[in-house]
Amino acid sequence: MTAVSQQQKHFPALSALGACLLPATLSGCSSAPGFLDPQGPIARAQLGHFWFVVAMLAIVILPVLVLTPLILWRYRYGTSRAAYRPKWELTLWLDILIWGIPILIVVILSVVLWRQTHQLDPYRPLHSDQPPLEIQVVGYDWKWLFIYPEQHIATLGQLIVPVGRPVAFDLTSATVLQTFFIPALGSQIDVMNRMQTTLHLLADREGEFEGRNMQYNGDGFHEQRFTARAVNAQDFARFVADTRHEGIPLDQHNYRILARKGSTLEAAKALGESVTLPDDPLVRFSAVPDGLFDAIMRDAPLDWSELSPTTGGSATSAPATPHDTGGETSNPSASAASTTITTQGESAS
Amino acid sequence: MTVTEILFGRLGWDALPFWHMLQNPTFKSVINDLIASGAGLMVVLGALVVVAGVSWLGKWGYLWREWLTSPDHKRIGIMFIVIALVMLARAIVEAVFMRAQQAVGLNGGFLTAEHFGQLFTTHGTIMVFFMGMPFLTGVINYVMPLQIGARDLSFPVLNLVSLGLTAAGAALVMVSLVLEPFSTGGWTGYAPFTELSYNPGAGVDYWIWAVSLSTFSSTLSGINFAVTIYKKRAPGMTLFRMPLFTWTALCTAILMIFGMPPLTVATGLLALDRYLDFHMFTTDLGGNMMNYVNLFWAFGHPEVYILILPAFGVFSEVFATFSGKRLYGYTVLVMATICIAVLSFTVWLHHFFTMGQSANVNAAFGIATMLIGIPTGVKVYDWMLTMYRGRVRMSVPMIYAVGFILLFVLGGMSGVILATPSVDYQVHNSLFLVAHFHNMLIPGVLFGMLAAVNYWFPKAFGFRLEERWGRRAAWLWILGFMLAFFPLYVLGMMGMPRRSVSFTNPAYLPWTVIAGIGALVALAALACLLLQLWVSVRDRDHNRVFAGDPWDGRSLEWATSAPPPEYNFPVIPEIYGRDAFMLEKDGGTPFQAPTQYQDIVMPANSAMGVIIGAAGFAAAFALTWYMWWLVVLSAVVMIGAAIARGFVRTTHYVISADEVRRTHEYWLREVEATTPIRRSQEQSGANRGRAVPPVEGAVQ
Repeated sequence: MTAVSQQQKHFPALSALGACLLPATLSGCSSAPGFLDPQGPIARAQLGHFWFVVAMLAIVILPVLVLTPLILWRYRYGTSRAAYRPKWELTLWLDILIWGIPILIVVILSVVLWRQTHQLDPYRPLHSDQPPLEIQVVGYDWKWLFIYPEQHIATLGQLIVPVGRPVAFDLTSATVLQTFFIPALGSQIDVMNRMQTTLHLLADREGEFEGRNMQYNGDGFHEQRFTARAVNAQDFARFVADTRHEGIPLDQHNYRILARKGSTLEAAKALGESVTLPDDPLVRFSAVPDGLFDAIMRDAPLDWSELSPTTGGSATSAPATPHDTGGETSNPSASAASTTITTQGESAS
Repeated sequence: MTVTEILFGRLGWDALPFWHMLQNPTFKSVINDLIASGAGLMVVLGALVVVAGVSWLGKWGYLWREWLTSPDHKRIGIMFIVIALVMLARAIVEAVFMRAQQAVGLNGGFLTAEHFGQLFTTHGTIMVFFMGMPFLTGVINYVMPLQIGARDLSFPVLNLVSLGLTAAGAALVMVSLVLEPFSTGGWTGYAPFTELSYNPGAGVDYWIWAVSLSTFSSTLSGINFAVTIYKKRAPGMTLFRMPLFTWTALCTAILMIFGMPPLTVATGLLALDRYLDFHMFTTDLGGNMMNYVNLFWAFGHPEVYILILPAFGVFSEVFATFSGKRLYGYTVLVMATICIAVLSFTVWLHHFFTMGQSANVNAAFGIATMLIGIPTGVKVYDWMLTMYRGRVRMSVPMIYAVGFILLFVLGGMSGVILATPSVDYQVHNSLFLVAHFHNMLIPGVLFGMLAAVNYWFPKAFGFRLEERWGRRAAWLWILGFMLAFFPLYVLGMMGMPRRSVSFTNPAYLPWTVIAGIGALVALAALACLLLQLWVSVRDRDHNRVFAGDPWDGRSLEWATSAPPPEYNFPVIPEIYGRDAFMLEKDGGTPFQAPTQYQDIVMPANSAMGVIIGAAGFAAAFALTWYMWWLVVLSAVVMIGAAIARGFVRTTHYVISADEVRRTHEYWLREVEATTPIRRSQEQSGANRGRAVPPVEGAVQ
């Protein structure tokens, strides 16, 4: 269906080899979707490429691992059965061989690398008969907000995507450098404050996959994870409808809670969600102000009035980014310190 | 502003490692503060023991004259290595704590996230800047001038200053155990996490100034080494007659000169952001964190080869010597070394493929990275061919060398995997990456440096290191490395991020437990290493090798007594080919008395290293804690010392020809009286440092 899924065909034997070898070596983890058990065409092609590189390199590495012990034994001190050439220092054809073979392998690897890097470029839209679903991702300390701009909804803690439909992510960070990653689906990508990165993924199987931040960003880093759920089209439509009906609005008040330093769990509790461990909580936002992502990106003020019926008709504008969410100061850490909801790092245990 | 604030800046009681525990005693804070206080106590006790010990022995004068102010490259090299070993011990203990935390880290563990963050930051910072760098700088310092037939480095006092600056940086990292905290930003210190707005405490500042001191030191060392190799080679020692270790030292020196300043600049700009409200790497007002990342890795990638190239040099010497054979493909190895050095400046971007640049850029840097694999692979095969058709003796340096070859190729494989952008998108930032660079640095740098210690120790101290404990240490290092880091490859492929204090996936647990056991084995290896040193010093009289050639060595450093006189060579030798000393032994002309002796002019002692080091430490400490008066005072002392040095007139002293003659003739008589031994007796007490001469180049 997608162009990328054809990549799989380049290395079918290798992928099969990997699939056979790994359950043996990594007992128990083949059941968990991830790099080793891909759930989408990108991740599958990446795993195939991985095994291809390993196989090519084995050509130069296996001789080292096998021959070194043999040489050590055959030419050990005291033996009289093997040749001893203390002044031998170069043989031309040997040298051509030890340069030639690695060069050849690197040439082959380079050609494949060039093609794969372009094929699997996270910025490259996936070809499909369905239009991509757009999702905007914002990284906070230490949680991810997923905005569905066409549906005007957002979620926290869980990312719900339809199976078989490409997803086009636009990503940014409301704080420091972070890295957005769903191993089962493919590429990780950095997210940076006041900058936007792009990622295209596709899930071709239903299921729940682990997602997380890979770049250390402080005390709650290890808790900054989420569940990515790939569901069928009907379930996705139901999720959108339910979120609109049952969710809470992402108004200025709720946004301030969201933007505080703290884990997903802490934010969910503060937003009044009931939480059942060990599942990642799902906070659904029934309405999101237009241009929230852009406002965070540009560190610009945002019109919250449409979501805040109590504030009356006049447009109260307030900045969206954490630089000012604390109100009295422009120092993000100070503002975070003044508004921390629970004790940091303790609540998950 | 109160007087206390003026005097102590922002340094307060809360900097003490047990303060938090007293203020807010929870189970976890007590555990963590006890660990931190224990570490701080070790630092204080260690310092007290050293001071008391030196005082009790009455050796302050000796320490000052013979070591701290001595411009002798051999003494300075040994002091660099002592710093490296002390810091190695600390960083390994930190590694054990991190592995222990992750071994019980399913949904918790005993360390706080903050404490864990400090541990991985100090571990990385120490291992790179205060273990790896001083270790290789020390070995180059000791060996390189002997190998090229020089009496000292070109700039002996500058060498002292380099030592002082490294010591100051190491001391700053040690003091951060007593007056907390250190940074949690990792050894890379990525902005904007390390900017004032996100990390206002003293931790990042400690890191900035410790690293700055180290990079200044290494840049100066690089200049010193390069100039020495260019200008001070003995007559006849053409570039292509230099031993391979000296070649790697030259390439490393050039990398230091061009590779270190980007980091000095990066940390300097970060300091401007933090101290003077600049916006170099902030996310607002035109700052851009990507500039930091690029600058850091413009240093960081050459740094990888600064660390590894000297180890390649050591292994080249070890393989040739203990195979009783010429190095296979000398010219090729030199070319490969130069290729690696040049290419190392062209690949920095592979450290951040995921930052969002175009596929063209990523692919180009991926291919450039794989290109480095070619000369590196060639080197491995050259070393194998050096053993091929030789007579291989499995002594301790050789165990490290063989362990290195077998493990290093696996690290090379994971390196090419990481260099492939499409695959890197899956394993970047994971424990796979951690496993990879430890797979390069432990078998590469650490084994290389430990092989160097075992190989050249008899030259430096006049007695061989004990073999049994040496073998135990070597095998335990190899085993410990494999147990600690092979599981990390698996964990990385399972998606476990690096720098995680705890995790929720129970499938990780068996692997983190194995890695924890591996860390304990590495700790045992460290213990064996210390025991080896202890036993060797105790039994030194059984293992003396005054004649100076315990391994049937090939290069010039083995043609002197062990330890060598401070002027190294009574007369600068004339060089007629590669493997200069082996050439003499093969031709039957080693241990010649020169026809004529001359006075030797040597550099005089200088306190510059101590002054600059102490003032550098004070300045860095004061900047960290905002004690501005001390910053100004330290700067005045440094500038004043530099000016005062210009007025020093006794910069050299003369050793009379007569004394040189007496020393040399005494050594020649001792050599004459030493029974030459065959290699089968190499590890016995019969080895007094003289080898049975080779027959047609064949080692006996």
